[in-house]
Amino acid sequence: MNELVFFINNVVIAGSVTGSIYAIGAIGVTLVFSIMRFAHFAHADMMTFGAFMVLLLTMAFPGAGAVVGLPTAVVMLPLAMALTALLAVGIDKAFYKPLRAHGVKPIVLVIGSLGVTLMLQGLIRLFAGTSAQSLYIAERKEIYRLELPFELATRPIIVTEPQIILFILTIASVVGLHIFLNRSRLGKAMRAMSDNPDLARASGINTNTIVAVTWVIAGGLAAIAGTLLSLDVTFKPDLSFFLLLPIFAAAIVGGVGHPYGAIAGGFVVGFAETLAVFNWSVMLRPIAHLFPEWIEIPRNLAFVGTEYKIVVPFFILVAILVWRPTGIFKGKVI
Amino acid sequence: MNNPTPTPTETTPQSRFPVREVVLFGALLVAVLGVYMAMGTAYSTRMLVEAACYAILALGLTIQWGYAGQFNAGVMGFVAIGGFSAMFFSVPVNDAFWGTELPGELGRVLLYAVASIALVVGATRLDRLGVPKKLRTVIAVILGVVLYLVVISMLRAVTSEIQSRAGFVGGLGLPAWTGWIVGGALAGGIGYYIGRICLGLRSDYLAIATLGIAEIIKAFLKNSDWLTRGTATVSPLPWPTPGPSELGFTLARAVYLSVTAAMIAVIFFLLHRAYHAPWGRMIRAIRDNEVSAAAMGKDINKRRLEIFVLGCILMGVGGGALASFNSLFDPQGYLPLNHTFLVLVMVILGGPGNNLGTIFGAVAVYIIWLMSEPLALFLMNLAVMFGEGVFGWDPPGNLSSRALQARVLVIGLLITLVLRFAPQGLLPEKVKHHG
Repeated sequence: MNELVFFINNVVIAGSVTGSIYAIGAIGVTLVFSIMRFAHFAHADMMTFGAFMVLLLTMAFPGAGAVVGLPTAVVMLPLAMALTALLAVGIDKAFYKPLRAHGVKPIVLVIGSLGVTLMLQGLIRLFAGTSAQSLYIAERKEIYRLELPFELATRPIIVTEPQIILFILTIASVVGLHIFLNRSRLGKAMRAMSDNPDLARASGINTNTIVAVTWVIAGGLAAIAGTLLSLDVTFKPDLSFFLLLPIFAAAIVGGVGHPYGAIAGGFVVGFAETLAVFNWSVMLRPIAHLFPEWIEIPRNLAFVGTEYKIVVPFFILVAILVWRPTGIFKGKVI
Repeated sequence: MNNPTPTPTETTPQSRFPVREVVLFGALLVAVLGVYMAMGTAYSTRMLVEAACYAILALGLTIQWGYAGQFNAGVMGFVAIGGFSAMFFSVPVNDAFWGTELPGELGRVLLYAVASIALVVGATRLDRLGVPKKLRTVIAVILGVVLYLVVISMLRAVTSEIQSRAGFVGGLGLPAWTGWIVGGALAGGIGYYIGRICLGLRSDYLAIATLGIAEIIKAFLKNSDWLTRGTATVSPLPWPTPGPSELGFTLARAVYLSVTAAMIAVIFFLLHRAYHAPWGRMIRAIRDNEVSAAAMGKDINKRRLEIFVLGCILMGVGGGALASFNSLFDPQGYLPLNHTFLVLVMVILGGPGNNLGTIFGAVAVYIIWLMSEPLALFLMNLAVMFGEGVFGWDPPGNLSSRALQARVLVIGLLITLVLRFAPQGLLPEKVKHHG
């Protein structure tokens, strides 16, 4: 039973945590793609920026969380989301809109977004330095241990406070997005523009508003994902390089331009990563006596070492590109 | 490149005095001389050698991006492959490894790996023997997973043995240029497989895939301590030319510079010939109008793959030359920033598709890149002095490491500005219109 608890702690919970973060990030990538038709490489840096804003606000008002009973970082999240959304709209106005007005190919916009990536990264490091910092400045991370009511399970299931907040916020944002896309006028207009931009324009949809709304949503979600990841681990200025590949893999696996696909893709990539680095010899231990003598189970039976975690999203990406270029949910082909 | 309809300036007659080229290269010469005056000869010659190595990389990227519109975001990976190969071939032979039974064991694991791959490939062909297709897939996947786990745990055992007893595999003790050539070949081989998968899809996919492969190559080199010593780094790497101990810093670097300059000259000459040959015309035709080129019977995917592999080979060679010059192989030193984005800015600023422009861009951007750090430090010190005097600030201690980040900002700003105001680059490719 202890092995099962180990599995739950190391795969089920850890996989859901990374899966949720990738899902929220991939939704932003996919929305930007479906409206503006380019792969936005600066998305992971917007996530880092959001987390950095939370860090700054937490440093400015360290006592704010105690009033509400939540970690200060979570209280500061809405403000950081607004700031990140503002940044996203501003970046679009300053860098992408002129390029779009020129009618350049999408790949030039991708290069432009690489430029934005570099600038954001430079700015964040210029102000935050290069070392890792904890978003828990004044408080301590709460850790919950759930004892299982079985005789054989002596170890508890461990969940931390940021992980619980993460699950709640993920569900809230997914439900909110669903309601927005299906019920509100703007959301419907957004879907129309993603399906057929010319027809949408002809039927009187204001494309500028739609673009701005897309950036606001993408920026807000990026801030949530970045903050949650930094809460769970630590804030690092070079977070974006570790996030970029997984969130793009998630968006492509789910089918580009498909928000629900992005959620599914996020969890696929998150779980694939955790399963790949999980040491399976632990699970084989209770049934080890069933194997014949000559089979010796090595101590480390992980598919890849933790240091090769980055390889996993790439292989999922390649597999999807080879077998099903439109992704599981049949998105657009980029 | 960015707008397919040529602007009037591009259609003007060709036989004019190259004013733009002369002015820009003159300005570059002044900048180089300025660096020589400010920083001394040894430093500046070093800068020029590095700029020359980057120019080789930039020529590789300009083939891909300028000639064929393929956006390779993983230059770093191909550079790292070249660097690794230069290290592996030129570092002296390690007797602590080769003198024992370890090479035999490593060879045995590799043989097992080859045999497992053959078995799995065989299993995927089982349907020809009448096995149902679904069962075949299940068998192949299970066999693949089990054999992979067996081989990887054997490999882990051998490599940890190598690490503890011999340190690392060591090199082959051959001249450095053999490593450069093999590095180019390796990079080309990897480029071939990436191209096979991604070139048929929209260009964004190629960017993401190359970005991924670069990260993977780096992760592999960084963590395979038995092969590369990982973060412990390998140094010194021998030079193909007489080193500083024989000639002194400046002269040795000047000799190395002449080697790289000769390489650039050869590559430039070959590319120039290829560009004006029927092959180059075909490539441009494919780039400008893929559909009509296909209608003329050109094999588009094959040509694209050719271009992509050619670019990757140049990146491998340039990466080898760069690593040998630095005389240090540090897998962690391969940053996407330095090696991918810097080269990208060089190509875009210089003029994609124009080889002369690319070389100009390489030298100019490298100077900007190097000089933006001391400039930022200077500005920051100024700000701190001002702040201390007027507001009584407490300056943060790690100012110089933060000034290093100013480079990143400058490079990012440069890309976006060039894309915005000079999308064709400073020396645009001259589009000829026949007939």
